[in-house]
Amino acid sequence: MSAECLWGIKNFMIKVKHVSKIYRHDSLETVALDDISFAVSQGEFVAIIGPSGSGKSTLMHILGALDTPTSGSYFLDGEDVGRLNDDELADIRNKKIGFVFQAYNLLPRATALKNVTLPMYYAGVPKEERLKRAKEYLEMVGLGDRIDYNPNQLSGGQQQRVAIARALSMQPKIILADEPTGNLATNQSLEIMEIFKKLNEEGHTIVMITHEPNIAQFAKRIISLRDGKIVGDKKN
Amino acid sequence: MAKLLVIRKINMELKELFLESLGTLALNRMRTGLAALGIIIGIGSVIALISLGQASQKSVQNQIQALGSNLLTIMPGAQRTGNVRSAIGTSTSLTYDDAKAIATSPQITTVKNISPEFSRRAQVVAGRNNTNTQIIGVTPAYAEVRKVNVALGVFITQRNVDALDKVAVLGPQVVSDLFGEGANPLGQSIRIRNQSFRVVGVTVSKGGTGFQNQDDMVFVPLTTAQKIIFGATNVTSISVEAKSAEVMTQAQDEIGYFLLARHHLNDPSQADFSILSQNDILSTASSITSTFTALLSGIAAISLIVGGIGIMNIMLVTVTERTREIGLRKALGAKKKIITTQFLLESIILTGAGGILGMILGIITSLIISHFINLPFTLSLFSIVLAIGVSGVVGILFGWYPANKAANLQPIEALRYE
Repeated sequence: MSAECLWGIKNFMIKVKHVSKIYRHDSLETVALDDISFAVSQGEFVAIIGPSGSGKSTLMHILGALDTPTSGSYFLDGEDVGRLNDDELADIRNKKIGFVFQAYNLLPRATALKNVTLPMYYAGVPKEERLKRAKEYLEMVGLGDRIDYNPNQLSGGQQQRVAIARALSMQPKIILADEPTGNLATNQSLEIMEIFKKLNEEGHTIVMITHEPNIAQFAKRIISLRDGKIVGDKKN
Repeated sequence: MAKLLVIRKINMELKELFLESLGTLALNRMRTGLAALGIIIGIGSVIALISLGQASQKSVQNQIQALGSNLLTIMPGAQRTGNVRSAIGTSTSLTYDDAKAIATSPQITTVKNISPEFSRRAQVVAGRNNTNTQIIGVTPAYAEVRKVNVALGVFITQRNVDALDKVAVLGPQVVSDLFGEGANPLGQSIRIRNQSFRVVGVTVSKGGTGFQNQDDMVFVPLTTAQKIIFGATNVTSISVEAKSAEVMTQAQDEIGYFLLARHHLNDPSQADFSILSQNDILSTASSITSTFTALLSGIAAISLIVGGIGIMNIMLVTVTERTREIGLRKALGAKKKIITTQFLLESIILTGAGGILGMILGIITSLIISHFINLPFTLSLFSIVLAIGVSGVVGILFGWYPANKAANLQPIEALRYE
C-alpha cells in the first residue's frame, strides 16, 4: 500500500499502468493498445488525439469502465477498476464518470428531461429531486426551454448538450467525451467546446478524444496516440 | 423493523421499475403494439381453435342424443332372391301388426313406447315450389320415441292413423323450401305423389345436419303412407323406446324371441329382422369422440406451437433490437439486475395485457364462427389456462432471455450491437 502511495495513486484522478488491449478474431490478433501508462490529475483538461485505428476509442472505453483491458491496471479516483465486479462497475459508471458519446446515445422516444434523469434514476435519487436537478442542468447547457422535446425534435448540437447535461447530472469526478463534436457542424462544435471549457474552469476534470486539431486546442494538455502507443504528451 | 424497511424499499423500487417499464412500453407505441398483436393473435387463435373443436365434438354428441334415448331399432332382414342376399332392411318382413303385437304382448315388460315407421323419399309440391324429401309414415308414438316437438299446430294423432287421413306435419326445412323461411303453412295443402295433403303441424327445429336430418322430413299417418302414397303393407323400421338404459339388452332379447316366434322361425340365425340397440350407436359415437379428442389435442398442440413461436419471434426481435439501449443503460450505471427486472416486467405486462385481449378475441372469434356454421358455442377454462399459460411462459422467457444476454455483455459491446 505504501508503495502504491509512493507511486502517488491517491494524487491522481486517473492512473493507467501498462495497459494493453488485444482483440482476437480466430487466429488473428489485433493490438489496439500497447503497454500504455499515463496519469491525469484533478482539474486537468486532456485531449487525446490520433488517427483512426490509433486505439484512442479503445482507451476511452477502458477509462469509462465500458470495457476491460487485456492486461495492466487502471485506477480511477484511487480505486482499482480491474478488481471491481459487475455491480461495482455499474456504480463507478453511474457516480464517478460522466460519459459523452460521439453519437449522443439518447433514448430516442424519451424527452430531454427524461434522458437527463436516467442516471439519477439508477442511482436511486427520489423523483422530485431527479426532475429538479435535470431541469437545472438542462438550463445550464442552454436548453431550459426544450426540456419536453424528444431528441428527433432537436438539432445535433442540442442533442449533444442534452447528453452533456446527462453526464453532469450525477456530479461525476470526471467527464469523458468520445469525439463529442464528431457529428456536428463547426459552429455547433464551438458551442459544445465552450461548454466543456467553462466546466473545466469550474473545476471539472475532462478527458476528451478528438481527431480535429482546432478542437484539441481547447484542452490544456494533448496526448498523441499512434498504433496503440503514446507518441506525444505536451502542455498546450 | 429493519426487515420491514428493506421490504418497503424493495416494494418502492419495484413500483418505480413497474412505472418505468410501463413508461417505456407507452413511449414505444409501434413496437409495443406489434408485440402485443403477436401475442393477441397467438393466444386468440389457440382459444378459438380449441373452442371450435370442442363445439364440433359437442355437436356430434347432440345429434346422436337427438336420435332418441334408450332407443332400439328393429330393421327388416335382407331380401333374398334365390341365393342372392340384398342389403339389410330391404325385405318386407316387418308389419304394423308386428309393432302392435309387441306393444300389447304381456311377455314384453321392458318397452315404453313403440313407433312403427314407413319411410321413403318422394317429391313434394306446394304451389309452384317442390322439393325431394323424406316422407315418413308414423304413429303418435314417433314424437315420444324420437323426441320430436311441434312448434305450430299438432302432430299426427291416432285418429289420423285409424282414418287414413291425408294430413301432414312438416319439418322446418321443408316449410322454408316450400313456403319460404318462417312462413305459416297451417291449413295449406301440399301434394305428395299427386295426392293432396293438408298441413296440420310444423315441428321444432333440431338443428340437425347430415344424414337423417330431422328438419327435412314430412310426417304423415303411417297407414296413409302405406296404403295411399306408396301402396305397401310392410313398415321400414320399428323404433322402440326401452323403459331405461339398464334394460336395453333385456328388451332386445324379449323383442327378438317374441318376433322369432311370431314369424314362426326356430332360432336367431334364421331371423328375418335385426335389432340395433343405441349401445351400438353409442359405441360408434364413443369412437368418434375419441377421434375428436385426438384431433382436438392435435389442433391445440399445433396452435400452441404456432402461437408460441410467433410470440417467441416477436419478443426475441423486439428485445434483441434493444441491445444498444441496454448497453446505454449499463453505460449510465444501470446494474444487471435492474435491467433484467425491467425487461421481465415489460414482458409480463405485455403478455398479460396481450393475453387478456387475445382471450377476448378468441372468444369473440369462436362465437362468430360457431354462429355462422351452426355449432353450439362452448368455452373451456382449460383451453384459456393452457393458451395463456403457455404463451405467457414463452413470452416472458423470450423477453427475459435476450435482455439477460445483452445485460451480460460489456456495455461497449452492447452499444456497438448492430
